[in-house]
Amino acid sequence: MNTPIQAALAAVGAAVVVVGGMLLAVTERPPIDGIQRGFRGSGLVQLYNPRFLADKEAENVIPASLPRLPAAGAKAGVVYKNVQVLKDVSVGNFTRLMASMSTWVAPQVGCAYCHDVNNMASDALYTKVVARRMIQMVQHINSDWKTHVAETGVVCYTCHRGNPVPKNIWFADPGPEGTPGYTPAVGKNHPATVAGITALPLDPFTPFLLGDQNIRVQPTEALPGTDNSSIKQTEWTYSLMMNFSQSLGVNCDYCHNSRAFRDWDQSPPQRATAWYGIRMVRDLNNNYLVPLTPVFPASRLGPLGDGPKVYCATCHNGVYKPLFGISMAKDFPELTTVSK
Amino acid sequence: MAMLSFEPKYRTRGGTLIGGDLFDFWVGPLWVGFFGVTTLFCATLGTLLIVWAAAIGPTWNVWRINIAPPDISYGLAFAPLAEGGLWQLITACALGAFVSWALRQVEIARKLGMGLHIPFAFSFAVLAYFTLVVIRPVLMGAWGYGFPYGILSHLDWVSNTGYQYLHFHYNPAHMIAISFFFTNALALALHGSLILSAANPPKGEVVKGAEQENGYFRDTVGYSIGTLGIHRLGLFLAISAAFFSAVCIVISGPFWTRGWPEWWGWWLNLPIWAH
Repeated sequence: MNTPIQAALAAVGAAVVVVGGMLLAVTERPPIDGIQRGFRGSGLVQLYNPRFLADKEAENVIPASLPRLPAAGAKAGVVYKNVQVLKDVSVGNFTRLMASMSTWVAPQVGCAYCHDVNNMASDALYTKVVARRMIQMVQHINSDWKTHVAETGVVCYTCHRGNPVPKNIWFADPGPEGTPGYTPAVGKNHPATVAGITALPLDPFTPFLLGDQNIRVQPTEALPGTDNSSIKQTEWTYSLMMNFSQSLGVNCDYCHNSRAFRDWDQSPPQRATAWYGIRMVRDLNNNYLVPLTPVFPASRLGPLGDGPKVYCATCHNGVYKPLFGISMAKDFPELTTVSK
Repeated sequence: MAMLSFEPKYRTRGGTLIGGDLFDFWVGPLWVGFFGVTTLFCATLGTLLIVWAAAIGPTWNVWRINIAPPDISYGLAFAPLAEGGLWQLITACALGAFVSWALRQVEIARKLGMGLHIPFAFSFAVLAYFTLVVIRPVLMGAWGYGFPYGILSHLDWVSNTGYQYLHFHYNPAHMIAISFFFTNALALALHGSLILSAANPPKGEVVKGAEQENGYFRDTVGYSIGTLGIHRLGLFLAISAAFFSAVCIVISGPFWTRGWPEWWGWWLNLPIWAH
């Protein structure tokens, strides 16, 4: 074997080691966990890396609830001024809820995040107006959207997790400006962080979770004619679906049997829960979040001047059931019925 | 049963790996050999097991017959026959038949004093199957990750398994494998059409040879890979397609549990971007 060939082989060998090392650095490794959710061999499996799952579990430990007091004594609406929603809650449990809210939402600032501490009844701070509406929203979710949240329900902590603004919210995203003379701004073909960093549309929320654009893009028959959706429309749907997946930490097979995405009879039951979830999110965005837009200061608004809105990850935070399905709402019955 | 009177003189003895002269004989035009016997045994047993598995299944509709691997809960253990055990036996038979066939190719190549390029190439097809039903399931810890044997059911498996990674086209090895498959088809189309065009000149012209074939590609793209080179290229493209197919599925699961688009985060995180 002559020297140039040996040199070439050495170079190829070195390249293989370097590239192989780089590949290993950006991949995962066995063992992995798989959860079979369909007939054996159908490929309906959820895959998890147990190392990541341990991190997720640590992120989703629920805070201890303060002990509940007997529902006796004077009502908050009688004792305190300007109580509009929780009027019929006893003073003890009203105070308990307020203390819980401060640890759930504003643990650093405490009561003063929403209240003027010299006049607790004042609505001067916008945060108090928002918080009041959010209490109504939680009550509405827990009592009117059991189709999605079942008896588990939600509380402030489900979304806030100790942050004044929940980590996962959305604003209308026009995307980066196109290069003048080359590409117009098309709202896609750019890493979409909300869609698993694909090149799919950057803002699947506005059409589907604020508006009620049709999400279904699959024909019901093999022959053309039952669905005329374009590839562009399909990309919007796929962007939304990617977002659902990353919001819940699941793959497409969690809700769909991909042999027939559209077919309810072949779909796992979670798809029905998700169908109600989509309607719930639209309801919350249109009837609770958007009307609050004028209440927020400019610093809380998005690049196009719209207010913060919710999507699946707002509650789910990357987990198939928020907080792995542990109910905090059961300890706070005042949040599970709509106050009159 | 030789079809041509001079054929028997090409029947060269020897070259066997196992069995010496014991199986070194022909049945009609087919050479037998030890691995011919094992191929026949494994293929027949496997086929009968497939018929058995189909018989205890709900349908004889050839499209819908489904012989599925065990539940994932069985891990790497044996499963009851009707609940994936037959799939395990059929898989063993299939591998036995495929590997026997490759070794039969080795014996025949040795018998004829040829290189081992044919069994080398065929081994990549066997490797792809072995990866799907053995390497990947073992790395993931359960036979249940293998694909089911059935015309429609294996397609459903491919679809659902692809969607476990949200968008399989972002799998880097899948990209490479697809590129090799397409390039392989292109090379074969160029080569086949070139040979046929040289062998089929207009009426009255003589059949053309390597000079004209090389000339055609030199005129067209400035370079001809040559008569031997095109076959080296074809073999390289074909085995690379099979190899990267095996890579693209073995990294899906054992080495990546998330959506494949997300894997490209390393690219977006390179310190070369303005934002």
